[in-house]
Amino acid sequence: MNKKNIRNPEKIVDLISIKKSFDKIIAVNNVSLGIKEGEFFSLLGPSGCGKTTLLRIIAGFEKPENGDVFINGKNVNSVEPNNRPTNMVFQNYAIFPHLNVSENVGYGLRNTSLNKDEIAQKIEEALNLVGLEGYHKRASSALSGGQRQRVALARALILKPRVLLLDEPLSALDKNLREQMQFELRQLQKSVGITFVLVTHDQTEALTMSDRVGVMFNGKVDQVASPEEIYNKPQTKRVASFIGNMNFFETQYLEKKSKTISVSHKDLGNIKLLKSNIFGVDKSKLTIGIRPENFKINNKNGKKQPKSFNAKVVEKSFMGDTMLYGINLRENDHHTYRISISDIKNTPSPNIGEEISVYFQEDDIVAYYEE
Amino acid sequence: MYFSEHNKKGWRLLGVPFIFAIFLLAVPIATMTTLSFWTQDYLTLIKTITLDNYKQAWFQPVFQTLFARSLIISLTVTFITILFAFPIAYYISFYGGKRKALWLFLITIPFWTSYLLRMFLWKVILGYNGVLNSFFEWLGVITEPLTFLLYNSNAVVLALVHGWAPFAILPIFVSLEKIDRSLLEASNDLGDNNLSQFFRIILPLSMPGVIGAVLIIFIPCIGDYITPKLVGGPEGLMIANMIQVQFSKANNAPLAAALSVTSLLIVGIISLLFVFLNRKYLRNY
Repeated sequence: MNKKNIRNPEKIVDLISIKKSFDKIIAVNNVSLGIKEGEFFSLLGPSGCGKTTLLRIIAGFEKPENGDVFINGKNVNSVEPNNRPTNMVFQNYAIFPHLNVSENVGYGLRNTSLNKDEIAQKIEEALNLVGLEGYHKRASSALSGGQRQRVALARALILKPRVLLLDEPLSALDKNLREQMQFELRQLQKSVGITFVLVTHDQTEALTMSDRVGVMFNGKVDQVASPEEIYNKPQTKRVASFIGNMNFFETQYLEKKSKTISVSHKDLGNIKLLKSNIFGVDKSKLTIGIRPENFKINNKNGKKQPKSFNAKVVEKSFMGDTMLYGINLRENDHHTYRISISDIKNTPSPNIGEEISVYFQEDDIVAYYEE
Repeated sequence: MYFSEHNKKGWRLLGVPFIFAIFLLAVPIATMTTLSFWTQDYLTLIKTITLDNYKQAWFQPVFQTLFARSLIISLTVTFITILFAFPIAYYISFYGGKRKALWLFLITIPFWTSYLLRMFLWKVILGYNGVLNSFFEWLGVITEPLTFLLYNSNAVVLALVHGWAPFAILPIFVSLEKIDRSLLEASNDLGDNNLSQFFRIILPLSMPGVIGAVLIIFIPCIGDYITPKLVGGPEGLMIANMIQVQFSKANNAPLAAALSVTSLLIVGIISLLFVFLNRKYLRNY
């Protein structure tokens, strides 16, 4: 066999240098990505970043101009969607309107060699799996959004695909149902053991459900890592600002040591950065990022923490579990930085207009070389 | 009786078309039906109620033959038209791309000339010294002009299919356009090839358009009068031609009315039966 056609069997989906453009607009730009057998993988990014195109390339609905798609170790570049070991849950669910629930769920089984009784048996199991017992004869037009999603899931899972592809499956549901379905999808994935690849623009969804997340911008995958790592050590500035909130400060370069680099900021003072928290190509200018929850407020009369600076409160909003502040660092600088306090009880609660002292830990800081 | 403001508005909107429908549809049908139970002696109507006209219309072999022929021609025309129209509508809907509007525009071009002219043109094409015969003679395929081209049922079918094709293409096109393309991807994803996808998704979902097209063609075809008169010859005459003869030359308006009512009933029953048998495709999705 051609060497190019066999890949690492650990990776159930292996994308090599995939490129795809539509009318000269590049949707996927030279992406290589491996998805492991049995994991819950999410492709996360803003709309138009190419994540759905990438998913459709895995499914076979789009043909890449460049690169190779391997599924279960086999090159599937010239394999049509109906012959790929993948199934898809579409964004609008694509429930067949002229068929009832059973006919929808059993749709793909009619293309197999199973007989009527076996098909009926499997439909029963699939409906039980997604919690739609007794819905067999229900017309597809009489289903709610959540039920449609379950039918779409059952219809795809009944074929026991090697990879289940989910294209923003929760975006059409209301908030409560969405949170419930996030949990159920995760449970379902663990119980069936099938690799799930989810496309979403909702970072909470990606972070709470996935084993690993790939963050995409403008057709490129910036970072592939566990949700914790994506959040705590975003490798590019745009990942850092897309996931959660991040305060950025431009700094002056001071000196380089074996494990650290020292920089200075006009308001934050001198800061020692861990080299393992610095990303990008070595340049003279560094932008540092501090998450709002990594800022703390000093007690007015207590001892000041070593890394402290003064600020003025300009915004304050109570979020229930956290208190959010907007602060300015100087009288004439109106850029607002964010602080998030989760320990509301044991923290001073300054009002708008008050001067406060804020501190941070150097280890929490990530930094990026300026492009 | 109490009318809400909403209801009043509805009645005002419906009023004019309603009066129109009464005078141009209900009144003529009632008149015709009444006439069919009378008899005529030369120019005088005898207003005694009788079923004699229906006895003649239903049991005289000449009328039976004409009814049967009209029915067979209409069904054949409907079938062939749908068979031709579906692929055209399919092509425009699925492969028309940015030129869909242009294609639809081109399809309506035949309507720029009158129906009569278009039917008359078939005489020029199929006739003894017509376009086809001249062409074949020029090619040297034949030495004598072909006479079986014109003046028979086949010529009627051909001319009617040509005349009605756009009426079939448009409703089928509309129903194909309404099919959500993600359903096609889903069916592919679930293992369908293009052929099974056509029979499991595209055809059932386009049935409302097909049913509409069938009715649009079948109903007027059975009563078509000009086409059989122009290209049908004695072999291709249909029931409408006989109705015309009875009304004018034969001076038997009541028999003509009975024939009209009968053909109305045949069309009505067959159409309703057809819709009833296909009712599962007409649900509102």
